[in-house]
Amino acid sequence: MANKIARLNAREQDPTLRAQNFEEVSYGFTADEARLEASRCLQCKHRPCVGACPVSIQIPDFIAEVRDGEFTKAADTIARDSLLPSVCGRVCPQESQCEGSCVLGIKGLPVNIGKLERFVGDTALAENSFKPVKAAPNGRKVAIIGSGPAGLACAADLAVKGYGVKMFEALHKPGGVLVYGIPEFRLPKDKIVAREIAKLSALGVEIETDVVVGRTITIDSLLDSTEQGGEGFSAVFVGSGAGLPYFMGIGGENLNGVVSANEFLTRANLMKAYDGGHDTPIFVGKRTVVVGGGNVAMDAVRTAKRLGSDAFIVYRRSEAELPARVEEVHHAKEEGIEFRMLTNPVEILGDEAGRVRAVRCVKMELGEPDASGRRSPVEVAGSEFEIECEAVIMALGTSPNPLIASTTPGLETNRRGGLIATEGGATSRAGVFAGGDAVTGAATVILAMGAGRKAAVAIDEYVAGLERFFWFE
Amino acid sequence: MFRIVEKQQLTPDTVLMRIAAPRVAKAARPGQFVMVRVDEKGERIPLTIADYSAEEGWVAIVTQTVGATSLKLNSLAAGDAIADFTGPLGRPSDFVTVAEDELRAKRFLFIAGGVGAAPVYPQVKWLHERGVRVDVIIGARNASLLIFTDQMRAACDNLYIATDDGSAGFHGMVTSLVKELVEVRGEKYDEAVTIGPMVMMKFTAMTTAELKIPTIASLNTLMVDGTGMCGACRVTVGGKTVFACVDGPEFDAHQVDFDEAMRRQTMYRTEEKQAYDRAKEGASASASVSAPASDHKCKIGRDE
Repeated sequence: MANKIARLNAREQDPTLRAQNFEEVSYGFTADEARLEASRCLQCKHRPCVGACPVSIQIPDFIAEVRDGEFTKAADTIARDSLLPSVCGRVCPQESQCEGSCVLGIKGLPVNIGKLERFVGDTALAENSFKPVKAAPNGRKVAIIGSGPAGLACAADLAVKGYGVKMFEALHKPGGVLVYGIPEFRLPKDKIVAREIAKLSALGVEIETDVVVGRTITIDSLLDSTEQGGEGFSAVFVGSGAGLPYFMGIGGENLNGVVSANEFLTRANLMKAYDGGHDTPIFVGKRTVVVGGGNVAMDAVRTAKRLGSDAFIVYRRSEAELPARVEEVHHAKEEGIEFRMLTNPVEILGDEAGRVRAVRCVKMELGEPDASGRRSPVEVAGSEFEIECEAVIMALGTSPNPLIASTTPGLETNRRGGLIATEGGATSRAGVFAGGDAVTGAATVILAMGAGRKAAVAIDEYVAGLERFFWFE
Repeated sequence: MFRIVEKQQLTPDTVLMRIAAPRVAKAARPGQFVMVRVDEKGERIPLTIADYSAEEGWVAIVTQTVGATSLKLNSLAAGDAIADFTGPLGRPSDFVTVAEDELRAKRFLFIAGGVGAAPVYPQVKWLHERGVRVDVIIGARNASLLIFTDQMRAACDNLYIATDDGSAGFHGMVTSLVKELVEVRGEKYDEAVTIGPMVMMKFTAMTTAELKIPTIASLNTLMVDGTGMCGACRVTVGGKTVFACVDGPEFDAHQVDFDEAMRRQTMYRTEEKQAYDRAKEGASASASVSAPASDHKCKIGRDE
C-alpha cells in the first residue's frame, strides 16, 4: 500500500487575513484530500500509533476506511474509543503521540493523522451520523464533576455501559477548557464543541451547569443515599481540571493591565468579549507581552493579536524548549507574533495612574539540564532591558483548585495540590475517582480524556463490586 | 434558568430580588456571594447574598443600577428568569465557625454603606438569632437612599443611621458616627465588620484601627468566573496577593491595600461606561427602567 505521495497538509486561512479575525485557521481536508493522505498509511502490523494514543484509537483501521471512502464506518471506528474526534484532531499534540510514532516518520514525514481524524469527526457531525449505542440501563448512577475533556470521556464510556450519568459544571456552559480556554480560531465553539458535547446528551448524559462542587453541593451529598438526604450516586469522578493561575511573584503584577492568561482567554472565549455583541469587557493594549511558552501562551498572544495589539511572547528558555505544539508556534509566527526567547521578566513597570507601561526583563542563557531534562535558564548579569507595553498576560501554568479536596474528608492531595489517584483513577476515598489536570496539574486534552476513560473502567469494576457485596448480604 | 420570585424597588435605583435557587439557598452562609449572568450575552457579575431561605428555596440579591448589567437585571420583573445564578461562593464569615458561647461573649458593630446594608443583613441576622450582641450603622448620602432599615432594626440591638446631608439620623459620615459611639458615648465593641463602597471601607478601617477594633471588610472586586480561575479579583492583604473569590471575600480590613483595590476596580471603566451608555439608549423606551439618580456626585472619582 506504500506510495510515494508527499504528506498532505490542510489548506489554511491566509496569515495576514486570519490575524484579524476569529475564523478557524485550518480549513481541514476535503474528501479527496483525506482519501489521498489516507492512502499513504503503510497499514503496518505492529501499529505503534495506536500504542501512542492515550485513548487507543484504532488508527490504521479508520485510516483504511477513509482511504476506501467509508467515512461513516471510519467515524464508528473512532467512536469506539473517542467521542471527540473533531476536538482531538484539532488540539492533540500529534507530533509527540500518534504521528510521532508513525513508521513513515522515520525516513520521511508521518501520515497526517490529526487532520484525518478531524476530517472524520467533522464529516460525521455534518452528516449527523452519530448513533448512540448503549447497553440497557443498569440502574446505577455516577456523578461526574467537571465537564471538560476528562469528565466528557468518562461520562461517555459510563453511559455506553448503561449507567445513569450526571455531569456537574461550575460555569454556565459545559466543555471546561474546550470552552473557556482554547480560542475559537483553533476550536470553534458552536460548530464543533457544542455539537460534540451534544453526543453525550444523545447518550442520555444529563448536564447541570452553575453547580460548584465544594460550595453548591459536596461530594458527600452526592454519595449519600436519598434516605440520608443525598443524591444517591454510586460513585463520583472528579475531573475538575487545574483552574488556578500561577503568577510570577514579581513587582508590579497587580498593576492595571496585568492579567492571567486564564482571565484573558475566559473573557475572550467563554464570555465572547471579542464579539461586539457581548457585555463582558476585555482590555487590549497597543502592545501586549505574553509571558510563557506553552499552548496557553500561544492562544493568548494570538488572541491579543487578533484584537488589534502588537503581540510578543517572552520565554525564559530557547525556542527548542517551547512546550507548545509545533503547529501553534508555526501559526503564531506566520501571524506576526514576535518571539523574545531567553528572556525573563523581573518587574512590571507602571505609570502614575497604576497602568502598565513596560516590562523589565533580563537575558537568559541555558545552563545544565534540570530535573525535567531541559537545560535550565540562567540570568545573564547586567543584561536588564525594558519592553514597552500596555498589557501583560501571565501564561505560567495552573494548579488544581483546592475547593474539592478541602471540602471532602479523606481526599488526599500531593504537594502541588493535585488529587492523589492510582493509574485507574482511584483516590484515597472509596467511590471517589479522579483524573485529568485535577490529578496531574496542567497537561493536555487527550491525556485528560485518557484518564477519564481509565477511570470509567475502574468505576465500572467498583460499582460491580458493590453489587457483589450486596448479594452477599 | 433561575426565576425571579419577587421584586421590590427599594430606592429609585436599588432593587431587591428573590431568586428561586434551591441548591444555593440550601448551602448559603453569611458572607458568601453569587455570580449572576442575566442573559445569553451577559457578563458574569458577583453579588453578595442579602438573604436566603433554605426551606423556601430562594436567595435574595440587592442590586444598585451602576452599569449595563445592573441596568439590565433591575429592569426585569417578577416571573422573569435570569440565565445563571451560581453559588454560594467564597468563604463564609469567620464567625460561623466560632463556638456560640464565645460569640455571645463578644459585641459586634456592623458598618454598612449604601447598598452594603443588604449583605450585612444575613450576618447580623445570623448572630442575632444566636443571641450575640450586635449593633449596626447604616450610612447613606441622604434618607431616600437608605435601605433595609426596618428588617435590620428587628435583627439587631441598636440601629444607627448616618446621612451625609443629615436628612436622617446622625449628620455626617459613618466614620464620625463610629468615633462618636466609641469615644463620646463610651460604647465598646470587640469586632467590627464593614461592607460598602471601597472608599468607605478604607476610611472605616482607618477609624477602627485608631480605635483598636479588629475589623473585617468584604471586598467587592472585579471577577469573571468567581471560582479562582481568572485572578481578576487579586488584592493585596498584609503584603500578600490573594484572590477575593476563593480566599475571601472577607479579609482583615486593617491589612487590605484599599488604594490598590480601588485602582484595580477601575480597570474596565472606559468599556463599562460605553456599555452603560449603550444599554441606557437601548432601554430608554422602557418606562420601568430605573436610572441612577442624576444628582449623584461621585466621591471616589468615577465621574472624572
